[in-house]
Amino acid sequence: MDNDGNVIIRIEGLTKSFGHTRALKGIDLTVRSGEFWLIFGPNGAGKSTLIGILATLLKQTKGKLTIDGIHLGNDIIELRRKIGVISHQTFLYGDLTAYENLFFYGRLYGVDNLKTKIPRMLAEMGLEDWADERVRNFSRGMQQRLTIARALLHRPSILLLDEPGTGLDQHATRHFYRLLDDLHSQKRTILMTSHNLTIGLEKCTHLAILTGGRIVFSARKAELDGKDFEEIYFHYTEKERK
Amino acid sequence: MRYLKKVLAITVKDLLLEAHTKELTPAMLVFSLIVIVIFNFSFEPGMQNADIITPGILWIAFVFAGMLGFARSFAKEHEQESIRGLMLAPVDHSAIYLGKTLSNLVFLFCVEIISVLVFGIFFNINIFPIIPGLAVVLGLATPGFVAVGTLYAAMAANIRLREILLPVLLFPIIVPVLIAAVKITGSVFKGQPLSDVSGWLNLLVAYNGIFIVVGVLTFEYVIEE
Repeated sequence: MDNDGNVIIRIEGLTKSFGHTRALKGIDLTVRSGEFWLIFGPNGAGKSTLIGILATLLKQTKGKLTIDGIHLGNDIIELRRKIGVISHQTFLYGDLTAYENLFFYGRLYGVDNLKTKIPRMLAEMGLEDWADERVRNFSRGMQQRLTIARALLHRPSILLLDEPGTGLDQHATRHFYRLLDDLHSQKRTILMTSHNLTIGLEKCTHLAILTGGRIVFSARKAELDGKDFEEIYFHYTEKERK
Repeated sequence: MRYLKKVLAITVKDLLLEAHTKELTPAMLVFSLIVIVIFNFSFEPGMQNADIITPGILWIAFVFAGMLGFARSFAKEHEQESIRGLMLAPVDHSAIYLGKTLSNLVFLFCVEIISVLVFGIFFNINIFPIIPGLAVVLGLATPGFVAVGTLYAAMAANIRLREILLPVLLFPIIVPVLIAAVKITGSVFKGQPLSDVSGWLNLLVAYNGIFIVVGVLTFEYVIEE
């Protein structure tokens, strides 16, 4: 843990360029243990790039990034053990069964006792009867629940969620956010991005608006004090468009 | 040891996927056998200098089959972006490369073994006395070819014209391994001792060493976005 209080993620002056395009233009953000940050932004705002850098999939162009006391670039492998990533892509193999997918990822993360942990995890996700079914035959909602199981199998302390609700129907979305509630109540630090203002707002502890590669607004949810977040969101995102 | 376990986990995953789908090895095998059959009809049985031409036919069949397999092995990793799942795992990315190389090697060895037997029947070559010699040439030439093929397939996987680019990029690089393999196979078919082609054997050993190390060192940058 970081010496400075219980800071889990510290981002300072983070920039990322793809050729001449600057996707992130100097992000500063501090996330403390157990917080649930929801980062809203329109398409192309840089949300997936931010999650990609935090997940160690992308390298920043400039800036400092510390996660759970580890500077990004120092012990990247140790860092990956602490992170679970859920995206709108499942990262699962459609032609493997649910059990085989979890067994494979469990081995990659060096998880022990997989034969007892996997059935328990599948049961938690309501997929115990589907353990031997190929993932290709799963509904989108079931695939997303298995994705959560994949991301949690190594018990990460930090969860990064990149628009995880994409493609889920109403029932699957409800189920997904119930699971998210459970995860947050287990004191995990969660950082989630979304472009949908109706999703996840009531669950988070902090929120931010990322537009044009910059965080233009951030606050504790309690500080909003009944203000209409939708108004705030459109105020900042429209300003950026102009 | 941990690293090796993760390499093997990736290989076993690929083998399991293939066991479930049976889409890669049969396609590679069919492709290889078609090449052998077509060339068999092009040459008269008992023709002169057959031992000069036939090794080339065999290796053309293997190269085409391998090309098909390499391209497909990374296409699977991009279906649900599972390549990102691999990249997120707490393991050096070179383990992904070695795991995929190992599984491609297993697939190509399977295809080669069956193809050699069929090749022997079609070209009237008694394979059994020359099995040790063939095992040496396949065992030395295939890893280098697969090591380069896997690296280039990973490189081409994110490119729009990957089906065209993979052979264009790969062929010039595998020329040394192909020439050496053809020369050694020809020597084996003639019943000559392997010591006669020790220079070519040394070239294969050096090629394998260089390109496996190059693959391990560069894979991180190849899959980086």
